[in-house]
Amino acid sequence: METSVVPDIANVVEKWKDKKGNLIMILHEIQNQYGYVPREISFQLSKLLDVPLARIYEVLTFYNYFKLKPPGKYTVSVCMGTACYLKGAPELLEELHHILGIKEGETTKDGMFQLEIVRCLGCCGLAPVVKIGNKIYGGLKRSDIVNLLSQYSKEGAPVAQPV
Amino acid sequence: MSKQITMTIDGVAVSVPDDYTIMQAADSAGIHIPRLCYHSKLSQFGACRICVVDVEGMKNYAPACSTQVKDGMILQTHSAGIRKARKVLIELLLNNHPRDCQVCGKSGECTLQEMAESFGVKSDEFSFEGERKTFETDRSSVAVRRDSEKCILCGKCVRVCSEIQGANVLTFSHRGFRANVVPAYNLGLGESVCTNCGQCINVCPTGALLEHDNTEEVWHAIHDPNKVVMVQIAPAVRVAIGEGFGNEPGKDMTYETVTALRMLGFDIVFDTQFSADLTIIEEGHEFIRRLTQKGKLPMITSCSPGWIKFCETFHPEFLENISTCKSPQQMMGAVIKTYYADKSGIYPAKIYSVSIMPCTAKKFEAARPEMNSSGYQDVDAVLTTRELIKMIKEAGIDFNRLKKSEFDHPLGESSGAAPIFGATGGVMEAALRTVYEVVTGKELAQIDFTDVRGLEGIREAVIPVNEIEVRVAVTYGLANVHKLLTEIEQGKRQYHFIEIMTCPGGCIGGGGQPYPAGEAEALDTSVYEKRAQGLYGIDERKVIRKSHLNPDITKIYQEFLKEPLGKVSHKLLHTHYHARHPKGVPARIKDTVNLFKAK
Ligand code: SF4
Ligand code: SF4
Ligand code: SF4
Ligand code: FES
Repeated sequence: METSVVPDIANVVEKWKDKKGNLIMILHEIQNQYGYVPREISFQLSKLLDVPLARIYEVLTFYNYFKLKPPGKYTVSVCMGTACYLKGAPELLEELHHILGIKEGETTKDGMFQLEIVRCLGCCGLAPVVKIGNKIYGGLKRSDIVNLLSQYSKEGAPVAQPV
Repeated sequence: MSKQITMTIDGVAVSVPDDYTIMQAADSAGIHIPRLCYHSKLSQFGACRICVVDVEGMKNYAPACSTQVKDGMILQTHSAGIRKARKVLIELLLNNHPRDCQVCGKSGECTLQEMAESFGVKSDEFSFEGERKTFETDRSSVAVRRDSEKCILCGKCVRVCSEIQGANVLTFSHRGFRANVVPAYNLGLGESVCTNCGQCINVCPTGALLEHDNTEEVWHAIHDPNKVVMVQIAPAVRVAIGEGFGNEPGKDMTYETVTALRMLGFDIVFDTQFSADLTIIEEGHEFIRRLTQKGKLPMITSCSPGWIKFCETFHPEFLENISTCKSPQQMMGAVIKTYYADKSGIYPAKIYSVSIMPCTAKKFEAARPEMNSSGYQDVDAVLTTRELIKMIKEAGIDFNRLKKSEFDHPLGESSGAAPIFGATGGVMEAALRTVYEVVTGKELAQIDFTDVRGLEGIREAVIPVNEIEVRVAVTYGLANVHKLLTEIEQGKRQYHFIEIMTCPGGCIGGGGQPYPAGEAEALDTSVYEKRAQGLYGIDERKVIRKSHLNPDITKIYQEFLKEPLGKVSHKLLHTHYHARHPKGVPARIKDTVNLFKAK
């Protein structure tokens, strides 16, 4: 891992090296490239920029924007816009918490699903709506969630029994 | 140049330079404004707001630590409004704090507890609402344990670790309710680049950072009839332990400590100062060999385990420069379970070997895999000065009234070169006394090397030894060390011999020493100076002041070791260290950290 990442971050570092606030800009570019900031890259950055790792970690955790873990293969977005909210989105979210065992902004251990909350997906007519990857599912009930997820899980079997 | 201004604090006229903060002005006038995040030797942070004062003409209360003085300023440090504000701030902190004082290792020495008490915070007057933050206690380190639930986010540990120790282990992470102080990537301290120096413990106002407590296992060994429990005491302990019982820093309480250790139930009491002399013989000869046989130079001292880990982590290119000698603690450990076990007929497996150290990093050193050359773990448990004080108090011993008693033999005798190991510059001075006489065959006219003494961050001296002008340097604080090594690499500095101590002032300022009492604070030069004077006093009162003239040292070479750097020494007293995967880099340091008055 370490040897393969050096060349591209070396370029990014070179580009920002002498500019003010470069650490944040560099982390930004890395996140864009990888979808998160890999730990090994932080190690490399620490040396290339002569900035202590603790400082990099401080910046990474200060801004919600930065992700420390790779994004899940599928992003599960629960719409919490007014229409969806009133039609039971909180229940769907709770069910997702139970089944996936993660909270918003987190990714399941197997890297399959990442859970997010969104404000409005622009299809209030279908409320309540959940988006998985780029597919939109509407008119969902709590009991639909387990089947829905099982279509995406690796073996096609339910990920877990609902509690 | 700053000019003097006059201001009025609590009705008292005070004259100070105009670049002072209100906090500095009040301190100089002997008025103590409460503080949690401010420390006079660290950079300003201004987060806790406990230091607010009421300045005439200002709309809001001003934080004293980050507000500059003005000519004619009039202020109150404890008006009714201020007292109320402080009380509220403490209540807010306590709302998010475990109610744990009875079982907390910091109780009685905790600033938060003291403030709650002195500001009159009562549990029935403020209600506890909502969730409290929960974090797991970090017990991954054998030296330092971190309980984030007791952390009030004052940031002093972050700053001492970065500004004094250059190690930059700790940082703030996250925001709001999840805010915490952790090593990068929330690693345990034991997995992080932490050097185990314990300086963060010394500045922490609460029980969030404490040494890993080993007292229970030592009690256990003492109560075990099948164990012979032996103990050694480091030089810096004897001039600080008294502080735990209300004495001035620097008071020499060596022989009261020996008595207390026997009363606690230790069977044999030895002196780390004996093995300090032994270290000088081995290290002195190693230096002479490197100097005369084109060995790797500069040679750097190896007795400070925080420095060793810092070197392994951040400066592995200097590993070959480190003396192969083990530290006095580890030499004593190895000799107890071999030489002494043989001599006394005690089976080494029955020996439980304890050391009392001013240092938390010594706990890490004793646990290193390199340290079992006797065939057993050479030192079984390490206690800090603070832990020993607790044991003495628990046993109900009235320390100040104890009679003096002597160390056991044959590992209890030491020369005047040994006590000064505990002060920065002392190992260098002790080594020079021996190296000079061994190389030249002449007696030193002046044995006090005052150039290497004192509290300046980096000190240098040139000592003529026969036809060689030996250039030496002495430093402490890992930020200074990083600067020194970097400049050596850049060719800006050249030496033959360097003494490195991890802690400010040397071991006397170690991470396991008593918290200063009264108005004194951690990193206080006056405390260090007194402790150092205590050690130099012990040196001066000794008849024999050079390690090579210690008769028990001569004896151990005759009976056991045969010759310095010989086969037995090689096996028991020397070792090698290895590079660690360096996660990151140390802090960038421009200027030498000189917390201290020049000597
Ligand atoms: S840190 Fe202080 S206030 Fe908190 S439990 Fe410990 S002694 Fe009490
Ligand atoms: S023990 Fe020393 S190196 Fe480790 S975190 Fe504390 S101050 Fe930093
Ligand atoms: S651990 Fe102690 S010194 Fe560090 S921020 Fe928390 S309370 Fe302050
Ligand atoms: S001591 Fe002034 S803000 Fe903390």
